[in-house]
Amino acid sequence: MLGLGVDRLQADINRLLTSLFHQGVLDEQFLQLQQLQDDTSPTFVYDVINIYFDESDKLLRNLRLSLMDREFSDYKKIGLHLNQLVGSSSSIGARRVRNLCVAFRSASELNNRPGCLRGLEVVEHEYHYLKNMMHELFHLEQQRLLAAGVRYPM
Amino acid sequence: MTRDIAEDVPNLAESKLTALVVDDNFVNQSIHHKLLDRLGIQNDVVCNGKEAVDVHCSGRNYDFILMDMDMPVMNGIQATKTLREMGIECKIAGVTTRADEGEKKEFMEAGLNDFQEKPLTISKLLSILHKLNFYVQT
Repeated sequence: MLGLGVDRLQADINRLLTSLFHQGVLDEQFLQLQQLQDDTSPTFVYDVINIYFDESDKLLRNLRLSLMDREFSDYKKIGLHLNQLVGSSSSIGARRVRNLCVAFRSASELNNRPGCLRGLEVVEHEYHYLKNMMHELFHLEQQRLLAAGVRYPM
Repeated sequence: MTRDIAEDVPNLAESKLTALVVDDNFVNQSIHHKLLDRLGIQNDVVCNGKEAVDVHCSGRNYDFILMDMDMPVMNGIQATKTLREMGIECKIAGVTTRADEGEKKEFMEAGLNDFQEKPLTISKLLSILHKLNFYVQT
């Protein structure tokens, strides 16, 4: 029965990942992260993704605060934040978030405030979708590890 | 969520290589540190070009440096120039997410031995090591 539970959960994980790759939410760089996970760092993917979310939450918050400021004019600062988001999204394989940040960055380079506000909304929406999917993935993985009798701090 | 590629990744621990990761992005720091660990290369991580210069001023040396281009305080171009002016001759590979040809040329001319676009992967890192003559690709 335990084996069936583990198998079912693994199938659920595979199905979710396949869907995320198919939608273009993730790309092959996410596979690179998985390949780096090993016995010496059994929660590597979880740890890196959480660093990504911690950093990105702050960057998106700063972007929103800046753009909502009536006196806003510092497009260079917006560009620097977006460079960080593009870089880290690319590094974890978050393809759609990365591409939307690139489009947002183009608006900031043109000092286009309405374009930046639209860009921010779209990025936030996609980012939250990614976050929900990753939480679902980690939840399934945790269930799978519990079913298999493995204990890792997560 | 893991795939076992132990057989595909060379272990360079015997060569006792050391590396310095210079990057302000915490996600990239983690990934680059782990990539190097995976290849058996001991490595340290610093957050910007000034820290890279400071660590060399303190007497530390490395076989090679993975240098990000865009960083606060001191960027990769300035850090590379400064290290070369200090007489640091180790290999330096520039890594960046985006660089037009002009930026890449400026980075190379600062004193790089190689340049690679992020995100880094095991195969890109092996390519860097091959280019820097630390690894023979088969």
